[in-house]
Amino acid sequence: MLPRPFVVRRIHQDTRDTYTLVLEPADGEPMDFRPGQFTMLHAFGVGDAPISISGDHRRTDRLEQTVRNVGSVTAALVAAVPGTVLGVRGPYGTGWEVDRGRGGDVVVVAGGIGLAPLRPAIFELIAHRDQYERVVLLYGARTPEDILFGDDLRQWAEKSRIVVEVTVDNGQHAWRGRVGLVTQLVTRAGFDAVRALALVCGPEVMMRYAAQALSDRGVRSERLRLSMERNMKCGVGLCGHCQLRELFLCVDGPVLGYDRLAPLMARAEL
Amino acid sequence: MPTIDQYLPDHPFFTGLDAATTDLLAGCAMNVHVRAGEFLFREGEAADHFYVLRHGRIAIEVRTPARGVVLDTVDDGDVVGWSWMVPPYRWAFDARATQDTSAVAFDAACLRGKCDADPVMGYQLMKRFVPVMNHRLQSARIRLLDLYGDFVD
Repeated sequence: MLPRPFVVRRIHQDTRDTYTLVLEPADGEPMDFRPGQFTMLHAFGVGDAPISISGDHRRTDRLEQTVRNVGSVTAALVAAVPGTVLGVRGPYGTGWEVDRGRGGDVVVVAGGIGLAPLRPAIFELIAHRDQYERVVLLYGARTPEDILFGDDLRQWAEKSRIVVEVTVDNGQHAWRGRVGLVTQLVTRAGFDAVRALALVCGPEVMMRYAAQALSDRGVRSERLRLSMERNMKCGVGLCGHCQLRELFLCVDGPVLGYDRLAPLMARAEL
Repeated sequence: MPTIDQYLPDHPFFTGLDAATTDLLAGCAMNVHVRAGEFLFREGEAADHFYVLRHGRIAIEVRTPARGVVLDTVDDGDVVGWSWMVPPYRWAFDARATQDTSAVAFDAACLRGKCDADPVMGYQLMKRFVPVMNHRLQSARIRLLDLYGDFVD
């Protein structure tokens, strides 16, 4: 439960309110994690927050974490400068289990900052690209200025045989891309639903609609995996802050199959 | 590029229509092309057509004093326009091509008369347009939630 000290090596402002921190363990010991996991990231003297790991899991010598500045802890985290020491607990939770998609198509559906925890899964797909058929990334953002990892999106499309489709909720006159819901992209995307593995992360309402659209396309619920967000605190299933009925999302999740989540997502106030 | 006669029966929007209706629709249709930046139609103009996009992208826009705002985009295979069905048959928004775009334009004045004369055909067309309307309405409603904004969850 004690946080490990990590040193901030770089900080990159991705959008108006979102930053990616590159951290290195102060003790030099590598940190293993699985795509989809998160850590509790501490700003000493302020507090901690659950933050998605957004880097490549094969780089165990460093940790990339993408933080959206929405409160006092995250404000302290994104105010870090190179050399600042932050605390890291974890990694925690379940992963995407990307290898379950081998031999078939993989559909990645991301909304907003939900692309951050999916980025390690995409790195994993790229690392073993020949073991997967069609890989489709469908990404929805609020505005063109809120699109995360724009350079990555271009690279993945150009160099890694990933079909990347982006849409925004609100477009300006100069925007030449799509405007509309990310779920519309699910309807249009070319993939073999019966053999597909689908990975979904974004605001819960968006995930509900996206999961329904994927299910309507024929993706099997056990092969439809969603990353749920709740108020993770202890990270080890003790405090109950992240409880979703019988689940503690910090240990049973955050990534779960739609076969388990569908009945829970349909209920109000869980 | 297939002719309109060849294109319509294979298009999902027209699936299930009998050959006579498809022929009738094809008789009311013509190919149109707009270059990127040009308008398919403008707000306030008579809504005397609807369109099926064969290729390209159309932005449904509204002008404000300061800027243009894109409300939706419509891509290959999609249907644009239902104001031809709703009195007073005027476009509520601008439709601007953001790419060079080819579409099949259907003469709505012609179709309105034919739908009045043949309610079965009118119902068949209505059944195809209601999902388009429903889809756009749901899209607008969900985006009103501003899911990616600062105060959700």
